[in-house]
Amino acid sequence: MLLEVKNLHVEVDDKKILNGLTLSVEKGQVAAIMGPNGSGKSTLAYVLAGKDNYKVTEGDVLLDGKSILAMAPDERAAKGLFLAFQYPVEVPGVATMTFLRTALNAQRKTRGEAELSTPEFMKLVRETSKHLGIDQEMLRRAVNVGFSGGEKKRNEILQMAILQPRLAVLDETDSGLDIDALKIVAEGVNRLRSPKRSMIVITHYQRLLNFIVPDVVHVLAKGRVVKSGGKELALELEAKGYAQYADEAA
Amino acid sequence: MNAEVRAIKTSAEQGLVQAYAGARGTLPGDGVVAALREDAFKRFDAGGLPHRRVEEWKYTDLRALMREAKPLAGPADRRPEAIVDITSVLSGVEPSLIAIVNGRYAPEWSDKNQSDPGVTVLELFAFAGGSPDYRLGQGPGKDDAALGLNTVFMTGGVGLRIKKNAAPAKPIHIAHVFSGKAAAAMYPRSVVVVEPGAHLTLIESFSGPDGIDYQVNSALELVIGDNAQVDHIKIGYDGNAALRVSTLGATVGAKAAYRDFVFTSGGAVVRNQTFVRFAGEGTKGAIGGVSLLKNRQHIDNTLVIEHAAANCESREQFKTVLDGQSHGVFQGKIVVEPHAQKTDAKMMTRALLLSEDAEADNKPELEIFADDVVCGHGATAGALDPGLKFYLMSRGISEKESEALLIEAFIDETIEQIAHEGIRDALKFAALKWLGTRG
Repeated sequence: MLLEVKNLHVEVDDKKILNGLTLSVEKGQVAAIMGPNGSGKSTLAYVLAGKDNYKVTEGDVLLDGKSILAMAPDERAAKGLFLAFQYPVEVPGVATMTFLRTALNAQRKTRGEAELSTPEFMKLVRETSKHLGIDQEMLRRAVNVGFSGGEKKRNEILQMAILQPRLAVLDETDSGLDIDALKIVAEGVNRLRSPKRSMIVITHYQRLLNFIVPDVVHVLAKGRVVKSGGKELALELEAKGYAQYADEAA
Repeated sequence: MNAEVRAIKTSAEQGLVQAYAGARGTLPGDGVVAALREDAFKRFDAGGLPHRRVEEWKYTDLRALMREAKPLAGPADRRPEAIVDITSVLSGVEPSLIAIVNGRYAPEWSDKNQSDPGVTVLELFAFAGGSPDYRLGQGPGKDDAALGLNTVFMTGGVGLRIKKNAAPAKPIHIAHVFSGKAAAAMYPRSVVVVEPGAHLTLIESFSGPDGIDYQVNSALELVIGDNAQVDHIKIGYDGNAALRVSTLGATVGAKAAYRDFVFTSGGAVVRNQTFVRFAGEGTKGAIGGVSLLKNRQHIDNTLVIEHAAANCESREQFKTVLDGQSHGVFQGKIVVEPHAQKTDAKMMTRALLLSEDAEADNKPELEIFADDVVCGHGATAGALDPGLKFYLMSRGISEKESEALLIEAFIDETIEQIAHEGIRDALKFAALKWLGTRG
C-alpha cells in the first residue's frame, strides 16, 4: 500500500473538519474523491501536503508504511508527494523557470541524486511544456502572475510532470476550466499515469472523471469516507446527488 | 545679567565643540570656507545634535545614538583593505576609482588614468575656489543639522566636473573608506557638477572594517544641468560597528533624467538623507533603494523631493528587509511648489519583516501647493506570505530556500530599476550574499 490514511481527525481554527477519515491508495491506483462542498476534500489535500494550521488531533497518515505527519512540506515532496493546488498562488518576482529548476534540484538533492545540468533541464522543460501547450514566454514570467485560470492549472500539471511524484493529489483541478482547457489538463494527467504513480483526484463533479477515469471512487461526507466503489459510483452520484449521504456521516 | 538658556550638552556634543576649537586653525579651505564653517558651527553650538524632538529626526535620535565624538581621522599610511573589498563587489563593473580615504581625497590610491577628456577631478577645496558657476553649501538640504556638522569639519573630497555633452565611457566610483585601527571620525565632502547634456553613472560607496565604531558624516552635492542624464548609486557597505550619516543634495535641471539608488547593508547606525530639487521643467526622476538589516542595525532612508518646476515626473520606491532586532526607518516627503503644475509623483515604500523583534517605521508625506498634479504614496509592512512559502515548500524547496527566493524577489523588483547592468548584477549578488548570512 502506498498511502494509508487511518482514522484521521483534523481541526482548523478549532473547527473539526475531518472526523475519522480512513482511506488507502494502492501503488499505481487512481482514486477519485468526491463529495459535497464542506465535506473536507480540500482539507484532506492540505493535510497530506503538510500545510500549517491544520491540527491533526487523532489518527495517522502513512506513506510507504511510515508516518509523514511530522515531516515538513518539502520533505514530503522529496518523498514523492505532490499537490496540484485548487487555487495556485501567484509568486511575484520568481520566474517560472527558476522555480521549476530550484524545486527539481532541491528534491533531487534531498534524495541524494545529482542535480540536472542546465541543458538537461531546459530540454526536459521544453518537451514537457510542449504537450501542455505552454509556451516559452510563459515560462519566463513570474510563477502564475498574470496567468489565466487555465494557464495556472496547466502550470500545476507541468510541475507535476517535471517533478514526477509517486503520489499526486489533484485538488479540484477541473474548477474554473472550460471544456477545451479541461481536455488539455486531463490529457496531461493521463500521460502521467503509470503503474509506479498513484493519484488522488479530488472533484466535486463527475465531468472530470470522464476524462481521467478512476480505478476507485470514494465519497466523502462530513469529514469521512461514507462509500467506496468503482467508477460507476461517480455516475450514480451525478444522477442522485449527495443528499443521500447527508445522514450517513452524522 | 544675561542668562542664556541652553540644553546641557551631551558628551558627544562637548567633544565636537572641543574638536572644532582644536582643529579650526588647521582645517582646509579659504576664507569663504572658513566663514561657512563658523556659521555652521554657531548653528551646531546652539542646536546640538539632532534628536527625537526634531520632527525629521524622530526615529533616528542622533543625540542618543552618537554616544561620543571620535577624534578626527588622520591621513592613511597604507592602502586600506576596504578599498579591495568594495572594488571586488564591483569587479564586474570596472569603474574609474576615486578613493576618499579617512575623509580625504587620496589620488595615490585612485585610478591614475582619469584621462577621459570630458572629466576633471580636483581636490574639493581647489575645485570650490576655482568654480565661478558653483558655490559650496547652497544646494537642497542646506539647513539640515547633519549637513551643517559636515560643513563644520569637512576635511576634503573631490570636485568632479563632467563637461557639456560629455559621456565618460566608464562609471565613476567615489569610494569612501576608513583605514584606521582605532575609531575615528570622518567628514568627507564632494561636489559633482554635470554640465548640460552630459551623461554620468556615479557610484558612491562607503566601507570600512568590522568591529571598529568609526563615524562618518559625509555629504555630496550634485548639480545636474539641463538635458543631462545621471545615475547615482550609493552603496553602504560599512563595518558592523560604524555610525554613518550621509547627505545628498541634488539640483536637477530641465529635461534631464535622474536616477538615484541607495543600497545599504552595512553599518550599525546609518542614515541616508536624500534631498532632490527638480528645478527645471520636463525632468524625469526615479529615486529608489533597498536596505537589508539584521541584528541590531538601524538604517534610515530619509527623502525630501521638491518639485520646484512644472511637468516633472518622479517615482520613489524603497524596500526594507528586516531581520533580528533591527530597526528600519523610511521617511519620504514630496513637496510640490505652487507653480509646479502637472507634477506626477508617486512614492511606494514596503517593509518585509523577517522577525518578530524587528521594527519598521514608514512615514510618507505629501505637501502639495499646486492644484493640477498627480501625486500618490503607499506604504506596507508585513511578514513573508505563509501561503507563498507553503506553495514553494510543497514543491520540495526547503523553508530557508523558499524564504530566500521570496526575499530575493522582493528586493530584485527594486534593484531592477538600476539602468547599469553590471551594477545591477553586483547589487543582486550583494543581496544574495546577505541572504546567505541569515541564521
